Amino acid sequence: MRSRHTPLPVTALAVAGVVFLGLPLLALLLRTPWDRAAELLGAPAVRDALRISLIASILAVAVAVLLGGPLGYVLARGPRRLRGALRALVLLPLVLPPVVGGVALLLAFGRRGIAGAVIADATGVTLPFSLAGVVMAEAFVALPFVALAVEAGLRRVDPGLEQAAATLGAPPWTRLRRVTLPLAAPALGAGAALAWARALGEFGATITFAGSLPGVTETMPVAVYLELQGDPGAAYVLSILLLAVSVLVLGVTGLRVRAGR
Amino acid sequence: MIRAASLLVLLCVLVGSCSQPEDRKLTVFAAASLVDAMDDLEATFESSHPGVDLVISTAGSQQLAAQIRDGAPADVFVSADLRQLDAVGDQLAGEPRVVATNQLVIAVAPGNPSAIGGLSDLAARDLVLVLPAPDVPAGAYARRALLSAGVEVTPDDLTPDVRGALSKVALGEADAAIVYRTDVAARADEVDAIPIDAEVAVEYHGAALERSPHPELAGELLDFLTDPETGGAILADHGFSSP
Repeated sequence: MRSRHTPLPVTALAVAGVVFLGLPLLALLLRTPWDRAAELLGAPAVRDALRISLIASILAVAVAVLLGGPLGYVLARGPRRLRGALRALVLLPLVLPPVVGGVALLLAFGRRGIAGAVIADATGVTLPFSLAGVVMAEAFVALPFVALAVEAGLRRVDPGLEQAAATLGAPPWTRLRRVTLPLAAPALGAGAALAWARALGEFGATITFAGSLPGVTETMPVAVYLELQGDPGAAYVLSILLLAVSVLVLGVTGLRVRAGR
Repeated sequence: MIRAASLLVLLCVLVGSCSQPEDRKLTVFAAASLVDAMDDLEATFESSHPGVDLVISTAGSQQLAAQIRDGAPADVFVSADLRQLDAVGDQLAGEPRVVATNQLVIAVAPGNPSAIGGLSDLAARDLVLVLPAPDVPAGAYARRALLSAGVEVTPDDLTPDVRGALSKVALGEADAAIVYRTDVAARADEVDAIPIDAEVAVEYHGAALERSPHPELAGELLDFLTDPETGGAILADHGFSSP
């Protein structure tokens, strides 16, 4: 700290900022009933929420990588005219209130939704109130992280390397697999980790689109919200768990980003 | 000098309280099923009490009770059951009063396409059924009704308030939901009501909170809500019954 060079008001406000951000997290740590933590984490409702959250968020990241990865590739390498509109579409779920995303998903993939009605008629499958619905809601908000990370990663890849592979006779698919993908892998990994954290924390779109049935669609964040009215202690313990995951993801992606440089 | 004066005027406009220092704000926490009735109740009460601003917050009664336990600045709490009012029991000023009564119904799509005749039809496996969560008063009543009818159901979703369950039927995502008669009446063009034969007494209880800075005004609001000539008449217009 070289406080001599920082004007006092700036330092004071920065300290206030630290307190503002840090105090709630500290309060969560202090108020959590640690003596009951093991018992609360073992409670069937909490275990169910944990299981659903883990399964759904991992599947959501798989969807996000499968669809968001190619989308990121198109954003970086695709037709220039398309990119602006495409990037706006990818960015929108990032800034859109998740509950609005949930409503939009209902109107598209609900039982009476534009696509949902067709799917239901053809297959009898309806997405709301199911694990598939949770995965969709989480993938909807997580996909942009993968797409944007892959785009940024590919932008750092020297196009000369791909051109060199091309002049050496490698067909497009081989170039992608042997040159582009390995070079973009760290970015894809970081994007996937961020997407996972976002999927795990998803609340608004999930409760709106998929519902909140314990053991079926009730994820950890939804359980935190609902337990706060029933057993606040359980809500605190679940919150700590989600906080720990967030810190972990931050650590991993931080390392990845530095390693990628 | 002029700058200071204009700053003061701006402050007055922003805060909005310089001209009428006697303005009183009364915050009412009301069960989600009261949301439509509360709009009319607010307008009538405010017109008969000049300078009073009613602020209405509606949610599942269990949510409101949790907020009150955490210190939310409510003056009056109207819960859809006595249990959630008891949950803040030590913070109530005076005995709870029964404000209105209601009835459970089954909400279905217009025309009742699933041909639901009563509670026993809700046991069908292929039916998409939504109930308010067990903590929600409507959910607790619904469970009591199902239990007394001896019907076992597997709900597809549990919502954090009764209106959430209603919306799922109105949106077409669910085939049936157990809600209040008044909820269906509020969205009569989107849902139909199938009466329930089980006898479950749904009673809304209201009480003032000890933390209220306006205890007399809170009392006046409760008088108004329970007066069959004024507040009671508005509640009746919305399909509620008087106690």
